Amino acid sequence: MNQMKDTWKLGGHEFTSRFILGSGKYSLELIRACVENAGAQIVTMALRRANEGGLANILDYIPKNVTMLPNTSGARNAEEAIRIAHLSREISGSDFIKIEIMRDTKYLLPDNQETIRAVDALAKEGFVVMPYMYPDLNCARDMRDAGAACIMPLGAPIGTNKGLATKEFIKILIREIDLPIIVDAGIGRPSQACEAMEMGAAAVMANTAIATAGNIQVMAEAFKKAIEAGRLAYRSGLGRVREDRADASSPLTGFLRDDEGEA
Amino acid sequence: MNIRLNGKPCELEAPMTVAGLVEANGYRPELIAVEVNLAIIPKNAYSTTELSEGDVVEIVSFMGGG
Repeated sequence: MNQMKDTWKLGGHEFTSRFILGSGKYSLELIRACVENAGAQIVTMALRRANEGGLANILDYIPKNVTMLPNTSGARNAEEAIRIAHLSREISGSDFIKIEIMRDTKYLLPDNQETIRAVDALAKEGFVVMPYMYPDLNCARDMRDAGAACIMPLGAPIGTNKGLATKEFIKILIREIDLPIIVDAGIGRPSQACEAMEMGAAAVMANTAIATAGNIQVMAEAFKKAIEAGRLAYRSGLGRVREDRADASSPLTGFLRDDEGEA
Repeated sequence: MNIRLNGKPCELEAPMTVAGLVEANGYRPELIAVEVNLAIIPKNAYSTTELSEGDVVEIVSFMGGG
């Protein structure tokens, strides 16, 4: 099965990797190795006031075949996100944009209502709009109807490494929204990324889990393998859970004793 | 002439275009976007866009982010 083609699409662009890698909080020098070890085809980045000349820039470190996914971090409402999206497109030359709108700097929770407005405006302009959101089915439907290319629900607050705290609500999005569901934020361990993929997420985005790991490049590879394993498990279909009793895997006949059969 | 550049006052000694400002500050054009009074200046217009007194200029680029 793992030899079969297993691709997914965002705004008409096809990808094989299901690991979206963040580039924040670690050295630019490590980005290339991380992208390679992660097998990532999409890397996120942020737009900020430029440092004056002569300093290293992230674009010098990102392999050319990688799709740049600028985010709108720092935006507090739809208008600011739209402005950042326009500026980002001017540099990236591509239409991919991850909408991040927060009013709250303590928990960094996304403002779903403003995000819906930004999705609507930017999708109409032809952006491939990827909204980071709090996993609420009604809002996800509104984002889909507004032209989102995917839905990016948080597993836990950004940078906490707490995992799939919102698991039940992400499952609902996966069941009900016919767009790629990308679990973004909060994923702290490869096992959590794997579980998200087993649930049927189309992809996982991670940054802090890797940036704060003991060995950043090795953790990038660990996430790659976990995401691939979870994806294969999802495609296979998980074995069933039996609650009421055990279910022997070995035959219950032919024991080396005279009282044949089950105890 | 005084403008605001990335949120700070900036004094220009002579009339200047966006291209001149970018070059004077050592920015690499392929890494930046420039906004003057909230309007994005396309790269091919840097050399023809003259800055004026009081202009609010933002020069932005990508950084690591999630």
